[in-house]
Amino acid sequence: MDGYYLSILEGAVLTVGVSLTSLAVAVALGLLGASAKLSGNPLLAGAATAYTTLIRGIPELVLMLLVFYGGTIGLINLLESLGLDPNVDINPFTAGVLTIGFIYGAYMTETFRGAILAIPKGQMEAAWAFGMGRTQTFWRITMPQMIRYALPGFTNNWLVLIKSTALISLIGLHEMTYRAKQASAATREPFIFLLFAAALFLAFTSVSLWVLRKVNQRYSLGTKKVQL
Amino acid sequence: MNWEVFSDPATLALYGEGLVTTLSLLLSSLAVGAVLALLLALALTGSVAPLRWLAGAYTYCIRGTPLLIQVYLIYYGLAQLEWIQARWDDVWPWTHFKDPFFCALLAFALNNAGYTAEMLAGSIRETSAGELEAAQAMGMSRWQTLRRIVVPSALRRTLPAYSNEVVMMLHSTSLASTVPAMLDVTAAASRIYSDFYLPFEAYIFAAAIYLSITFILVGIFRVTERRYLAYLAPRRA
Repeated sequence: MDGYYLSILEGAVLTVGVSLTSLAVAVALGLLGASAKLSGNPLLAGAATAYTTLIRGIPELVLMLLVFYGGTIGLINLLESLGLDPNVDINPFTAGVLTIGFIYGAYMTETFRGAILAIPKGQMEAAWAFGMGRTQTFWRITMPQMIRYALPGFTNNWLVLIKSTALISLIGLHEMTYRAKQASAATREPFIFLLFAAALFLAFTSVSLWVLRKVNQRYSLGTKKVQL
Repeated sequence: MNWEVFSDPATLALYGEGLVTTLSLLLSSLAVGAVLALLLALALTGSVAPLRWLAGAYTYCIRGTPLLIQVYLIYYGLAQLEWIQARWDDVWPWTHFKDPFFCALLAFALNNAGYTAEMLAGSIRETSAGELEAAQAMGMSRWQTLRRIVVPSALRRTLPAYSNEVVMMLHSTSLASTVPAMLDVTAAASRIYSDFYLPFEAYIFAAAIYLSITFILVGIFRVTERRYLAYLAPRRA
């Protein structure tokens, strides 16, 4: 019995790893998407709008199956046409991280776009007047303030993201949900292992909420609290 | 790409059957979820502390764990209990557990109720104090105030958030495909994939179906909001 709990705990490490890697992908895509939408270039903005609309209109599971099964065949065809050895495998970790990162990149795009819009335009103009370049303005002016505005949306996206990593078990990644299900099938104990995995998820989301609340306090320093 | 399979009526019939399952799962879980959500929201905002804690614990657990695990808990957990299996042939509430549709519906409705309850509770808490004072001044009882003032206005103000939740729920119904013997749109796509080895075509077709339903839902909510939230819309110049 103890072996199964250990195995689920090992799966939990994998879950955290998958979540954080996907988050990195999502944040990168979100920043790219938000800057594309705000760039004023109609082509870039259109592409970003298509990305966020399409992705948010399709279930995660369908996208994941598409990337995992379709992506493998696509890659094999591509390698064959290039005359390379087509003997590759997309592993579930890569497919999962790419899909989840890609999906939540769309949600992050919207969150970041709103956050950037919330910063008064005068601040950026002041930065330009001081002779700062675009990147300098982003890192020194936009970024530190954007974090505060983006945090509530970011928190929601992150909580949904962690939970959606459970779906990667369906394409065969041995993370905690997968192991819990295997354990309950092997021992014919339907509840205990699934509840254990559920409790671990609950712990992750609770810790995340606590940490993000601290981050929020840190970034809200010096701003007035408004009370109705 | 090879779209030939999709000119076969059998393929389209398979997706059609999946679409019916997906839509009936969506509508029935939303209906059950909404009733539960309203009760939970009243408990969350009510003055009875134990009820408030219970409802709070419920939404916390539902919103903190993945839907997939909830589906597993009901389908592989509850429905596999010997105690229930001994009864599911003839004793009433348990006969439903034999039906995979019911198990999926139960999981989705319970999940949906958890999320919707928090939104509704948020709207109820934000009811403006003036409306409540006016109701009291008119001599309405607590129950009358709730029924005539608080709930109708809170339901309306929840609409924008609820439209997101409905779209999320549509996407969540794709998890029904993880329950064997359930044929929703995703399961139909998986079957086409495994029968013809056409993953791109099969899943892209399913994705297009979901996308169309999403757009229709968003359109319906836009019309509904224009109708029911007209009094909150910014005044036109």
